[in-house]
Amino acid sequence: MTVTESQKLAYVAGQAAEARVNLEIETEGMTLNLGPQHPATHGTLRIVAKLDGEQVVACEPIMGYMHRGYEKLTEVRTYPQVTTLVNRIDWLGHFANEVPFILAAETLMDIEAPPRAQWIRTIFFEMARIANITLFLGDMGVQLGALTPVFYAFRDREYVLNQMEAVTGGRFHPNFDRIGGLRDDLPKGWIADTKAVMDKVRNFCDVMEDLLVGNEIFDSRTRGIGVIPAEVALGFGLTGANLRASGVDWDLRRDQPVGLAWNEVDWKVWTHPDGDSFARYWVRLQETREAAHIIDQLLDNIPAGPVMAKVPRIIKVPEGEAWVSTENPLGEMGYYIVSKGDLGPFRCKIKSASFNNISVVPWVTRGVYVPDVITILASLYFILGDIDR
Amino acid sequence: MLSVELAYWQQTLLRTVGVLAAVLLPAGALVQLFLFKAVSFMQSRLGPMEAGPHGSLQLFAEVGKWIQKEDIVPDRADARLFKLAPYLVVGTVLLVYLAIPFGPDAVFADLEGGIFYALAASSVSVIGVLIAGWASANKYSLLGGLRAAGQLIAYELPLVLAVMGVVIQAGTLNLQRIVTAQADGSIFGFGAIGLPFAITQIVGFVVFLIAMQAELTQTPFDMPVAESELVTGFMTEYSGMRFLLFFIGEFAAVGALSAVAATLFLGGWYFPGLDHDANYMNVLGPIILLAKILLLSFVVFWVRFTYPRFREDQLQKFAWTVLIPISLLNIVGTMILKVAF
Repeated sequence: MTVTESQKLAYVAGQAAEARVNLEIETEGMTLNLGPQHPATHGTLRIVAKLDGEQVVACEPIMGYMHRGYEKLTEVRTYPQVTTLVNRIDWLGHFANEVPFILAAETLMDIEAPPRAQWIRTIFFEMARIANITLFLGDMGVQLGALTPVFYAFRDREYVLNQMEAVTGGRFHPNFDRIGGLRDDLPKGWIADTKAVMDKVRNFCDVMEDLLVGNEIFDSRTRGIGVIPAEVALGFGLTGANLRASGVDWDLRRDQPVGLAWNEVDWKVWTHPDGDSFARYWVRLQETREAAHIIDQLLDNIPAGPVMAKVPRIIKVPEGEAWVSTENPLGEMGYYIVSKGDLGPFRCKIKSASFNNISVVPWVTRGVYVPDVITILASLYFILGDIDR
Repeated sequence: MLSVELAYWQQTLLRTVGVLAAVLLPAGALVQLFLFKAVSFMQSRLGPMEAGPHGSLQLFAEVGKWIQKEDIVPDRADARLFKLAPYLVVGTVLLVYLAIPFGPDAVFADLEGGIFYALAASSVSVIGVLIAGWASANKYSLLGGLRAAGQLIAYELPLVLAVMGVVIQAGTLNLQRIVTAQADGSIFGFGAIGLPFAITQIVGFVVFLIAMQAELTQTPFDMPVAESELVTGFMTEYSGMRFLLFFIGEFAAVGALSAVAATLFLGGWYFPGLDHDANYMNVLGPIILLAKILLLSFVVFWVRFTYPRFREDQLQKFAWTVLIPISLLNIVGTMILKVAF
């Protein structure tokens, strides 16, 4: 086969488009593959960065290395079996994944869990948030080269997980939420123990504030880096702390409490006007404190009563469609369930927060240096399981 | 000098063994004491506990492990350069120790321009790092190697300029005489503790410690090996014995530069109250110097595990706009005071 003239031209044009050629010193760009195996991607995210020296010209996240097909798997599971699957979507915020699915199923079945169940759900939801975000608070240090904070994060997160384990029997995958309520009630003495743990969480937040937020190097590495203006954040569909750090006052816990107990207690939605990496860290730090505050108040007035409503022994969800989303640790997470009246969902669409949060990466990393790509990725805080599902 | 006369080959053998001991003892002590244990306690964990009582034999277990590992050379790497680089890095550290005095007679080579030689030798390691980065045929290694080159050159200057103050004050480049100058000195007539130059040259001392941290590529200046971005940079492709050599080189360099700093600023092998001409100092001196080395390297590790790292451009800016002007001012101030007193 001979190469035609037009093929040659196409090749040359492709090369020219591929490499950004600096006309003054005739240098060629370099393509750097961050991942699929790379310490900064916490899993198997692949980021293809086109570099000019150390400056990023273009950067594209490539997902799908950890796709587990959960949406398809739900179609061959019964409703109670699905919670085991969805526990593993955002594996750090385990319990929080179950809640919107159960709520969507409850909406379709027209069942409401008893108030005690709703309160305990809220407590666990916030504990999952703490278990999730404490790790971010420490991990941000690792991505910046400070190794110590993450050990404190793992240590103090363990106290929260122990409390979860005391009730649910599972550290990572509680699988505790049921259609119509919860599997079990709280064990004896759990409330007092949890209050002590919340003090530890608050103490941890103070330590993080001392170790990182007040640090000049941390400041210089995060302030003004990776700025996402409010309109861009909204345009890319960012949710959760990433959106609030851009100054948008948006929190589904307050705006759409879906029957959980958030409206019963006094708390605050934290926002930060800057939209940079620092703002995202700061907002999450405050949210962890706020979550401990919410849990403390909820623990004080848990209503008495059963934790399970009356539900049929074999759960069949009537025909219909339902969408429920909640404010998960990583952002908005929702389930769109289509039921044909069977034992399991006919179709289940899972909207997870990290997928949207990561989509802003090409926009926000243009023109930054390689070390800042790592900081920005860390501050956007994604969980691989939450991207790929 | 030693009272026994030794043949040339005996002296050479003694020196070789001595340098190896001088390099490996502090390096091993640093890794075991600080990297394994002190840091673990900082991070609320126990560190190695299994090998020996409280993990005290962990170091030997690690060395045994690395020696057994396969020595991998990447397909597209420049094999000869790739294999050479670790030896260059370790070798330069051995060279630095040559000029450092451990006692009134205990010195491998009493060079007239001792400090000049020590700093010149320590900066050769950048060539090894650059070779490693380039020969690995890996983009991360290349970035790491280039970062290292830029950083080590930038911080060489404040390091040398900080030393200038000491040289002016002592009036000599010879490390042995710098030590005796500190031992014989007095602070406004009060001579009980001598005159460690850390007191008069406090600015130079601080600049030296900062530049040393950067020279050693320890956090907050560890961009060349940045684990979370470049996956240990120029060392990415190394395995087994060659990685171990880089590892030894890194920690031996911490010991070597700490030894230089201790000699220049903390009185070297001299301890206040002892007779610095006595023969017993040849035995006590190395122990005192080792204690000072451990003290200074503890600061290195303390900072390393406390701070996040800078970005490359911030680091360059810090060197050229903060450290170098300060050390230049320090030199001018030292000169004026030297003439005035």
